[in-house]
Amino acid sequence: MRARGGASAPAMSVDLTTVKKVASLARLAVTDSEAEALVPELNGILDWVEQLGEVDVPGVEPMTAVIPNKLRLREDAVTDGNVRDKVLANAPQAEHGFFAVPKVIE
Amino acid sequence: MAELTDLTVAQIRDGFRAGDFSAREVAEAFNANVAAAEALNAFIVATPDHALAAADQADKDRAAGALKPLSGVPIGMKDLFCTQGVQTTAASHMLEGFTPTYESTVSQKLWDAGAGMLGKLNLDQFAMGSSNETSYFGNVISPWRRNDGGNAPLAPGGSSGGSSAAIAARLCPAATGTDTGGSIRQPAAFTGISGIKPTYGRCSRWGIIAFASSLDQAGPMAHDVRDCAIMLENMAGFDPKDSTSLELPVPKWEAGLSTDLRGKKVGIPKEYRVEGLDADVARVWDDGIAWLKDAGAEVVEVSLPHSKYALPAYYIIAPAEASSNLARYDGVRYGLRELPEGANLQDMYAATRAAGFGPEVKRRIIIGTYVLSAGFYDAYYTQAQKVRTLIARDFARAFESCDVILAPTAPSAAFGLGENIDDPLAMYLNDVFAVPASLAGLPAMSVPGGLSKDGLPLGLQIIGPAFDEQAVLNAGLAIEQRAGFTARPQKWW
Repeated sequence: MRARGGASAPAMSVDLTTVKKVASLARLAVTDSEAEALVPELNGILDWVEQLGEVDVPGVEPMTAVIPNKLRLREDAVTDGNVRDKVLANAPQAEHGFFAVPKVIE
Repeated sequence: MAELTDLTVAQIRDGFRAGDFSAREVAEAFNANVAAAEALNAFIVATPDHALAAADQADKDRAAGALKPLSGVPIGMKDLFCTQGVQTTAASHMLEGFTPTYESTVSQKLWDAGAGMLGKLNLDQFAMGSSNETSYFGNVISPWRRNDGGNAPLAPGGSSGGSSAAIAARLCPAATGTDTGGSIRQPAAFTGISGIKPTYGRCSRWGIIAFASSLDQAGPMAHDVRDCAIMLENMAGFDPKDSTSLELPVPKWEAGLSTDLRGKKVGIPKEYRVEGLDADVARVWDDGIAWLKDAGAEVVEVSLPHSKYALPAYYIIAPAEASSNLARYDGVRYGLRELPEGANLQDMYAATRAAGFGPEVKRRIIIGTYVLSAGFYDAYYTQAQKVRTLIARDFARAFESCDVILAPTAPSAAFGLGENIDDPLAMYLNDVFAVPASLAGLPAMSVPGGLSKDGLPLGLQIIGPAFDEQAVLNAGLAIEQRAGFTARPQKWW
C-alpha cells in the first residue's frame, strides 16, 4: 500500500503461495482449488482497500476507543469459578474433568 | 379488533394491561404464525414453549398486579445471543448443537422485563453478510416481492435478516439485532421496518457471539419508532461484564419521544449524494428532508469528507478483529471437532475450521490474518484505524452545526437472492451509507421512507451524536408520522 507519511509499501497483491501461507497461519485447511479461487478474490478486495493510502494521516492517532471510556477496576474478589461441568458441557471431548485433545507429546 | 399478530409492541403491552386479551392468546397467535412460515426460513429454532411459559407468567403477574415493562410481549432473538439451554449457532456449522450454559446480558434483561422468546432467528454466518445468504442453515427469504408479478425471491438484508423478515411477516412484533457495519439498519430498510443501533457501549456485548468487538452493538428491530424505544430501554444498561459498557443511566426514551423539531438542525451530508445515486433512493431522501422541515427543523448541508474511505477502512478493521475473535473455534472447548484419522492437534485445528466455517467467514479470516501479519500491519491496520479517527472527527465537526444527520440507509431496495453472492465487493457496497456511523460508534436508525418503483421498501437513516439516541428516535418518529408508510407484504408463504 502506498501510504503517505512514511508507512512501508508492501507488495500489492497476493499469490497462491501467500494465500496458502496465510490460511496456514489462520489454521484453515484449504484445498488447492479453494486457494486458487481465493487469489483473485483477495486481490480484488486488497486493490480496493489500497485507496486508503491516499489519505493524509500525519499526526493522526489510530483509533483505540470509539467512545471515550475509562477502564474500570473492580473489587478484588472471586466472582466466578466452580463451574467446571458447565465449562466442559459443550466440549467435543471431555475426560476426567479436562478438555481432551489428540496426543501432542510423542 | 385487529389480529393480535398485527399489533405493535406498545399495543400488545397496553392491550394486555387493559385486559383486552391474555398474554397466552398473544403467544399462541405468534407461535402459530411462526409455525406456518417455514417457507421464509426466518427461524433456526422455534421456542414456542419459552414464549408460552413467559406468557403464563405474565398472566399470573397481571392477576397479582405485578406487571413488568414487557409483560405479555413475545419477541424473536437473533441467534447470535447466547440463550441458556437453547441452541445458539451464529448460523454456523461450527456451533451447530452448541447449547450455552449461560444467558447473554441483553437477552436476560429482556426476560427480566417480562418478554418471552418465540425462537432463535436466522442470520448471516457469524453476522458476516448483507443478504442472509451466508447462513449454514439456508437463506432467509424476504416476505416482500416486487410488484412486477414475478416471484423472484428477495434478500431480507443482513446480517439480521431473520429478524427483519420475521417482523415484516408478523411472526414476531419485535426482535433483537446486532449491527457491526449496518446489520440492523440495512435489513430494516429492506423490509419496511424500523431498527436502531445505539451508541457503542449502550448494550452489553456479553454473551453475544463476537464478530468485530470494536464495532459490534446490539439494538432492537420493530414495526415503528416507539417500539424501538421501548425495546432499547429494556436492552441497554451498564454491565460490568463488558469492559466497553457505558456506565450511564438508561434514558426514558419512550417517554421522551417528541416530534416537535423546532429549533433543531438536520444535516445533509453532501458526500452521500454520490453520482449515480438510485433515483428512488434520492427521491425518498428528498421526501425525508421535506418531512423534517415540516416538523420544524432547519436543514443544513454538512460535510463528511472522509466518507468514501469508510467502507475500505471497515473491510480492514472488521476482518482483522474477526480473525482474532474467531481464533477461539479450535475444536477443543465447544462446537465442531473434525479429527481426521491420524491427525495431530494442529491438523485438527485446521480441519475443524475448514469444515466449520462457511466461505465468507473464511474469506474474512484470511483477509484479517493477512492485514495483521508482520510487515503489513502498519500499512493496512494502523492506516485504517487512523482513517477511522478522521471519520469520527468528520462527524464530530458536523455535529457542531447540526443535531442529527439524515441520509439513505442503503443504496438500493432489496436485491434478489443470488444477485450479489458471487461478488464480495458488490455485496460489501450495500453498507456504504451504514458503515461510517458504525466506525464512529454513533447511534443510527433506519425508518421506512417509501417504496421503490418496484414496490419495495426504502429506508431513511438518521445518525445522531454519541449518547443522543433520543434525537435520533425523535427525528425518526417525525418521519414516520409524515411518511404514512402502511405498505406490507402480501402473504404468499
